[in-house]
Amino acid sequence: MGVDVYLNVAVAGVLTGLVYGLMALGLSVIFGVVRVVNFAHGEMMSIAMYIAVVLFSSFHLDPLVMLVPIAAVMFVFGYALQAGLINPFITRPEHSQFLLVVALAIIIVNALLIIFGPDARTVQTSYAYDSFELGPVIVDASKAYAAAAAIVVTAALFAFFRFTLIGKAIRACADNYTGALVVGLNVNRLYALTFALGAACVGAAGTMMTLITDVTPALGPGYTLLAFVIVITGGLGSMPGALIGGVLIGLTEALAGLLFTPSAKSMFAFGILVLVLLFRPQGILGRKPT
Amino acid sequence: MDTIVARLTDGLSRRAFALLAALLAVLLAAPWVANDYLLTVLIVILYLAYTGQAWNIMMGFAGQLSLGHAIYAGLGAYIPAFLFTRYGIGPWVGFLAAIPIAALCGAVIGFLAFRFGVAGVYFAILTIAFAEFARIGFDHLTIVNASAGLFLPVAQLAHNDLWRLRGSPAMFYYVILAATVIALILSRLLLRSRMGYFWLAIREDEQAARAAGVDTFRYKMYAVMISAAVTSFAGVFYAFFYNNLFPEQVFNISRSIEMILGPIIGGIGTLFGPILGAFVLTGLAESVTSALAAFGIDLPGAKQIFYGICLLLVVVALPEGIWPWLARRLGVAERKR
Repeated sequence: MGVDVYLNVAVAGVLTGLVYGLMALGLSVIFGVVRVVNFAHGEMMSIAMYIAVVLFSSFHLDPLVMLVPIAAVMFVFGYALQAGLINPFITRPEHSQFLLVVALAIIIVNALLIIFGPDARTVQTSYAYDSFELGPVIVDASKAYAAAAAIVVTAALFAFFRFTLIGKAIRACADNYTGALVVGLNVNRLYALTFALGAACVGAAGTMMTLITDVTPALGPGYTLLAFVIVITGGLGSMPGALIGGVLIGLTEALAGLLFTPSAKSMFAFGILVLVLLFRPQGILGRKPT
Repeated sequence: MDTIVARLTDGLSRRAFALLAALLAVLLAAPWVANDYLLTVLIVILYLAYTGQAWNIMMGFAGQLSLGHAIYAGLGAYIPAFLFTRYGIGPWVGFLAAIPIAALCGAVIGFLAFRFGVAGVYFAILTIAFAEFARIGFDHLTIVNASAGLFLPVAQLAHNDLWRLRGSPAMFYYVILAATVIALILSRLLLRSRMGYFWLAIREDEQAARAAGVDTFRYKMYAVMISAAVTSFAGVFYAFFYNNLFPEQVFNISRSIEMILGPIIGGIGTLFGPILGAFVLTGLAESVTSALAAFGIDLPGAKQIFYGICLLLVVVALPEGIWPWLARRLGVAERKR
């Protein structure tokens, strides 16, 4: 195998990693602010993936076009979930919150299984086999579009948190819960909004993911774990960290799939997680806990 | 010896004693009345009661949330099954080999986590990561047939062979019943020991425990290792009862989730909660399955949705689990200690 092969696989891994990063960003935002571990994250992503697949197979709506509408649907779903079910659990012990979300995850996976069956579904776009040639590197068009969309959504989210007043208010909630209450912020509403934003992120990521891979109901838990691996690797609460973690894991998986066997690739992602927990528990870009 | 008996019975009301004895009598008599289906359901219930108690030692007593207990059951299943199929070594010897390996595995996970301050949810994720690592690893481990699965020879025997764990469902039923009873006794002894009180202190407030001079690292390590070792027997049972092992099933995260549902629904940290939870959950799930079958509905996943809804309802409505509530009703609640 020449260097070209490695380069091609590496580029594909980085592009997929950017979409992973967007998925993990949603988790990071939710945990960073609401302090609830969204263990149904990958399951929420598979909901978005199924919406995209059904829209494509029934109405021939391109996932790239449906990115914003599907993210909006997931936004509403996330808002309702936080406002209706999770908010009363904010002050409960960690394992109690965790189990609530695990229960939700179990219900989502099996509801998808009952509705759509166990078989894999795909989106066959007209550009599925297109590619760009950049010197020796051949870039898969679907992956490039998906990665570009992921970057745009991430940038929008950055801008929202940086420049809008609501974004500032949410950051205030994350920094100091009691302080936010004292200055009169409606914390419950902001939490619901944050969860909704996280859900929208994962919705967008899921929609893009249909361009890259098939969807089955059983994928959910795997993506949840992957999102956690990425977020912990990149550093919890760090938005650039999630993106970097995503790229790192995407790259690792792609190269491991090439050098060893594709089915063993997530072993290497877990290996990275263990290394990070050992040598830099706060993650690559995370701040040391005080 | 006297102190052990005293520790076991101290604080147990006569009523609680009578209820326990009655339950044990019913369970002992069950194989004579129950048909094969009911007996299989009872075996599943007791299996989950056993694993639930094993998990409860770590989470319920010492407060360390593990979501990867499938790894210990998986090691407990694979090691004796491998020794049996490859070298003809009996399951009990295999179990003796599995105990230290499972405990060592728990020790590695515990060491990595507790030494480097990985706690709470991060710890839970680390345990999942290890279980997933094992799942994929065993899926590629050719010495145990990788993803093709490991099969134990099934032989029709005229008599039960307890030493080689080959025999009728009734024999397996008594084996798992004995294991459940032993686990219950062990749990109570542990909880009433010096270590048990240290665990409770760590669970309630780790910093305070450390300030009071408890070597929290050491006792958390003990909790993980004991829990892992106890869990490994469940794997031995699983291997020899079902006679086939696939990494995809044995190490699957849903195995870990199944193990923890019983104690959560029954009552985390209580002695009887894991047993009660296993009965309630499996009983309800089997009823739902047969009810659906009676209406001619065959939905894969319906049972899991039911599990999910049960879990949701219990977490929302009875955060302490069913047992504390039921114990008060039965008048067998121990006074708050």
